[in-house]
Amino acid sequence: MEFEDVKLETKGYSLYYGDFQALRDISIQIPRNRITAIIGPSGCGKSSFLRTFNRMNDLISGSRVAGDVYIDDKNVFAMDAVELRQSVGMVFQRPNPFPKSIFDNAAYGPRSLGMRDRSKLAEIVERSLRDAALWDEVKDDLNKSGLALSGGQQQRLCIARALAVEPDVILMDEPASALDPVATLKIEELIQTLKQNYTIIIVTHNMQQAARASDYTAFLMMAEDRAGYLVEHGPTDQIFTNPQDELTERYITGRFG
Amino acid sequence: MSNRTTASTAKPEGAPLLRQLHLAVSTGETASPTQVNLARRQLSQKLFFGLLWLAGLLAVGILLAVVGYVVLQGAKVVNLEFLTTPPAGGLATSDVGGMSTTVVSTVYLVFWTIVIAGPLGILAAVYLVEYAEEMEGTTGAIPVLVSVVRFAVEILAGVPSIIFGLFGYALFVSAKSLGWSFSLRSAAVTGACLVLPVIIRASEEAIKAVPRSYRAASLALGATKWQTAWKVVLPAAAPGIITGIVLSVGRVVSETAVFFVTFGGTVRAPDTVFDLSSPGRSMALHVYYLAMETRAFDKAMGTGAVLILTIILINLIINVVSRRLTSKLEGR
Amino acid sequence: MRKIIDRAIRYVLLASALVSIFVVFLILLFTLREALPAFREYGVLPMLTGTVWRPQQDQLGILSMIAGSVLVTIGAVALGVPLALAGAIFLAEVAPHVVREVVRPAVELLAGIPSVVYGLFGMVVLVPGMRRLFRVPGNTGFGLLSASMVLGVMVLPTITNIAEDAIRAVPRGYKQGSLALGATHWQTIVRVTLPAARSGIIAAVILGVGRALGETMAMIMVIGNSIRMPQPLNSNPLTLFLSQARTLTGNIAVEIKYATGIHEDALFATGVVLFVLIMIVNATARILIQQGTRGEK
Repeated sequence: MEFEDVKLETKGYSLYYGDFQALRDISIQIPRNRITAIIGPSGCGKSSFLRTFNRMNDLISGSRVAGDVYIDDKNVFAMDAVELRQSVGMVFQRPNPFPKSIFDNAAYGPRSLGMRDRSKLAEIVERSLRDAALWDEVKDDLNKSGLALSGGQQQRLCIARALAVEPDVILMDEPASALDPVATLKIEELIQTLKQNYTIIIVTHNMQQAARASDYTAFLMMAEDRAGYLVEHGPTDQIFTNPQDELTERYITGRFG
Repeated sequence: MSNRTTASTAKPEGAPLLRQLHLAVSTGETASPTQVNLARRQLSQKLFFGLLWLAGLLAVGILLAVVGYVVLQGAKVVNLEFLTTPPAGGLATSDVGGMSTTVVSTVYLVFWTIVIAGPLGILAAVYLVEYAEEMEGTTGAIPVLVSVVRFAVEILAGVPSIIFGLFGYALFVSAKSLGWSFSLRSAAVTGACLVLPVIIRASEEAIKAVPRSYRAASLALGATKWQTAWKVVLPAAAPGIITGIVLSVGRVVSETAVFFVTFGGTVRAPDTVFDLSSPGRSMALHVYYLAMETRAFDKAMGTGAVLILTIILINLIINVVSRRLTSKLEGR
Repeated sequence: MRKIIDRAIRYVLLASALVSIFVVFLILLFTLREALPAFREYGVLPMLTGTVWRPQQDQLGILSMIAGSVLVTIGAVALGVPLALAGAIFLAEVAPHVVREVVRPAVELLAGIPSVVYGLFGMVVLVPGMRRLFRVPGNTGFGLLSASMVLGVMVLPTITNIAEDAIRAVPRGYKQGSLALGATHWQTIVRVTLPAARSGIIAAVILGVGRALGETMAMIMVIGNSIRMPQPLNSNPLTLFLSQARTLTGNIAVEIKYATGIHEDALFATGVVLFVLIMIVNATARILIQQGTRGEK
């Protein structure tokens, strides 16, 4: 599927872990300021694909890539990975706030990037916590440890932490899968408000969530040699009501995966 | 044709504060504050990682320096004659004597220390793991006793060796005690106290690691607890237990302070392994006496070199034995 | 019949386990019993604060030895801990697998070298070296500096090992979270990993301190064994470390073989003081660790 306003793009992208091919020949365009969901059965490489965009796969020893990945037409693998991650933030499946105060968690990113001014930091922290719909719940005690929050609050803290760096893109790897239904709903609502200003890619194994929460959906599937490949990519409504590919239809209707 | 974006995408509620520091994903900009900051951080990382590499290399370097120096100096002195000639004894000059009796004394010392501490430690570990846990959750004397035992083992592991020496001296050697005086048995019993915690800990760990299914299978076949322990658990825990024993051997070989005050200083070795009342001098002690009293530094280096190589050999044995036995038990 | 054998075996095993308690009890009993006369006759406080050690003349002040032990431990920590921690970070975070396979065994081997060999090396290489390096009148080469260097190397493997384990135990999620926010690897180590590993690292250092306090033979061989209070050799206070000294452990080992009567008792008293000192160090470690883990709740 082609877009006019493309934020991220891959062309013939493949990923290998040593000799094992995890992803094969994926070409996709991710539109700016929209929510793109990535769905597919377990083990098909959704998370690996997500991690491509902030080069977290680099951390896995033995990982190799082929093909190209672009952010705003700049080659992702030609730039400094640290620099890339300032523009592409990530929220992990299991909330992972640092064993520090709420304030220090949110301020961590800006501090790393060199911001020292205490009042500016306070401003950034407040704004990030507000954008993550967490401010009202924690504003009275920002010095409390991040680990003392509930699971849903911790995840929103992690989102706030990512927002504080002011990225353009937010990658979310099954952000609500470790949370209870109420917290999950809060996260989904939050994502909807964020999409105005951020390009969001969300990996989810929950099809209802993908159908509810995203604008576009990409369906990844595992081939016989266990490499993941792109089956179909299109507007969410269309994918779920009128899928073009038979495999997509079978997955949607629950006949496998 | 996709959009190029400059660093001015509107963010909610207020101007982006970090944007001045942010990556400008466009061409034609000279170094922005962000890029300067990034360069500085990368440089800082390179610097500190360099220091870390230095530290790693330094650690290896120190090892090579110490071991290398002693072994090289010692090699000048060590030959078959050196190994098979007894030391000259007393304040003899440095051109006389070897180290043969010290080797013998060390072997006898290790033998008796392990004979005493080995079974004791292993059986204690068996009790702590196999029998004590059935008492868990119940009240009474036994569970309290068990935690006291564990605490005692922890204390023993932390006591400095000279205190063991003092204890051995008071109990066995000094005038007001059992009257054993400096002897193989004084040294061995004291040494056994020293290595007991090592053996207990290693054995406990090894026995705990044996899968519960082994025990369950044996008990289900009608074996008693002890038969299970003896025939199933201990063999399975053998690599870990043997490692503990070999570690203790290394400890006895290296240890000086304890035997300094219980073994004596004579260069005469015990006549046989059963000559328990005879004093002696282990290799480590010999190095000490040669350096501090005889002042025969060349021979001290020689003995030290033999000592180091013995320790290296023991370490290798530990690695090989545990690996070999583990794979055998796993049926490879 | 089988039941009787089984029961007997159970008691044999229990007895084996009880031996440890028995040994600890004996050690405490004997050491204290021998030490008591000295404490009673001379007094605990005078012993701990007295600087004159002349047992034949009933002077039993061991403050000089306490100072010796403390100073050489401080020196060993100052020299050994930075290197040990750097080594631990290197092994846990930076070293490629191949390099780790070389450096880690090397560090473990350092731990296995007998203390007399370190003492010998110190005597033959370090002492003359320090004598030549610092040409200060009164500097024999034997003293706190040489001893600190030897001791620093001896405790290095202990600290590196435990600290490395503590660093590796930090949950990977923290590291990933930090990197995903655009921090460099080094920033992650300094601002997230090390603080998270703090209690383990402190435990490592304190264990090293305990080892240092307990070392005997290597110290005797390089520290000079002077019974006087360590003092700077001239107006420069740093020359304190060129001064000769004696440790509590050395005090015991050097004199025990020929000491009798109250002298012998005083050496046991020295042992008691040493034991208490080490217990305090270990207890401090435990408290610090507990505080550390509680703070993370």
